[in-house]
Amino acid sequence: MDEKIRLKIRQVKKGDQSAFEDVVTFYQDKVYQICYRMVGNAYEAEDLAQEAFIRAYVNIHSFDDKRKFSTWLFRIATNLTIDRIRKKKPDYFLDAEVRGTDGLDMYSQLANENPLPEEELESLELQSYIQQQIMSLPTKYRSIIALRFVDERSLAEISEILNIPIGTVKTRIHRGREALRKKLRDV
Amino acid sequence: MSCNKEIIKLMHKYLDEELSITEEKKLRSHLQSCQGCQDHFRELTRTVALLKSSSNMQPSTSFTANVMSNLPKEKKHLSYIRWFKSHSFITAAAIFFLFMLGSIFSIWDEDGQLSVSKDHNVIINDYTVIVPEGVIIDGDLVVKNGDLKIDGAVNGNVTLINGEHLMASAGNISGEIEQVNQVFEWMWYHLKRIGKSVFDLTN
Repeated sequence: MDEKIRLKIRQVKKGDQSAFEDVVTFYQDKVYQICYRMVGNAYEAEDLAQEAFIRAYVNIHSFDDKRKFSTWLFRIATNLTIDRIRKKKPDYFLDAEVRGTDGLDMYSQLANENPLPEEELESLELQSYIQQQIMSLPTKYRSIIALRFVDERSLAEISEILNIPIGTVKTRIHRGREALRKKLRDV
Repeated sequence: MSCNKEIIKLMHKYLDEELSITEEKKLRSHLQSCQGCQDHFRELTRTVALLKSSSNMQPSTSFTANVMSNLPKEKKHLSYIRWFKSHSFITAAAIFFLFMLGSIFSIWDEDGQLSVSKDHNVIINDYTVIVPEGVIIDGDLVVKNGDLKIDGAVNGNVTLINGEHLMASAGNISGEIEQVNQVFEWMWYHLKRIGKSVFDLTN
């Protein structure tokens, strides 16, 4: 798979735009999930993820073929998302908690087509609850949690993606885990 | 939560998969003896499991299409080249057809001059070829860019290209009379001739 993506990237670099389509299809879920974990809003996550891919395309010549593409791509996505959160008004977090019921929105959309079984509804509620708890953490923890638990990136990779020392990554993962442990204890 | 920070640190190290064998032994033996730490550890692993399990969100189905439509436009000629590459058969057929058409038209245009396949014993008068009375032509007769008047006789087929058979006294011709006046008819005539010659060769 890596080899296939590598080939596609080479084609994109040569100016073949259509080769980028496979790259997007391959990584879209991961990029979207990482963005979603950080902003807690489906609409915004989609917007950010799209922007990340467009930036990756525009800057494809600055990508070094010898490195891992996903690391580079996730770095663009997380930087973009951190920037977006920073530019938001401070009341964003309150806002997000209300919008944390986004899962319910999605549920109501799905419900039109075919009603969800009981367990799925429960798991959706649980997911939206977990996301709310993540949203209550500062951005620097959220980005690490997103990378660590969405895609199970290694600590070294997370340190490379976010451009912070590995020791800091470890400390933040530990603290984030402890904070979420307390919040999710009663689920 | 009552136990020392060192044990909790070991738990996190375990979750980061960075625990050495001796450290793991230490953690294990402590957990067996301490209920508080056991609960703490269970909560941590459960938290991790919850975080991993709930990350199956998916973007909209039109995600890729949206990204692709928002990319800056690529250079035009590259997209043409790619189209030709991916439709190589159509491209080859189109090029072949173009050359074919070109050559047929050029042949059609080329000879605007009157020509007769057998010029012995016939009289050429302006744009009219006359087979005089008493003359019998053995074999086929082809006239290009001219009219034909037969007073004598032809023992074979007569083909007229871009011209008219003025005397319709068919009794003088033992074979068929064929008149070709349009370019498509002319093409058809050529194709038939090719077909015929192939057929003749096989016989």
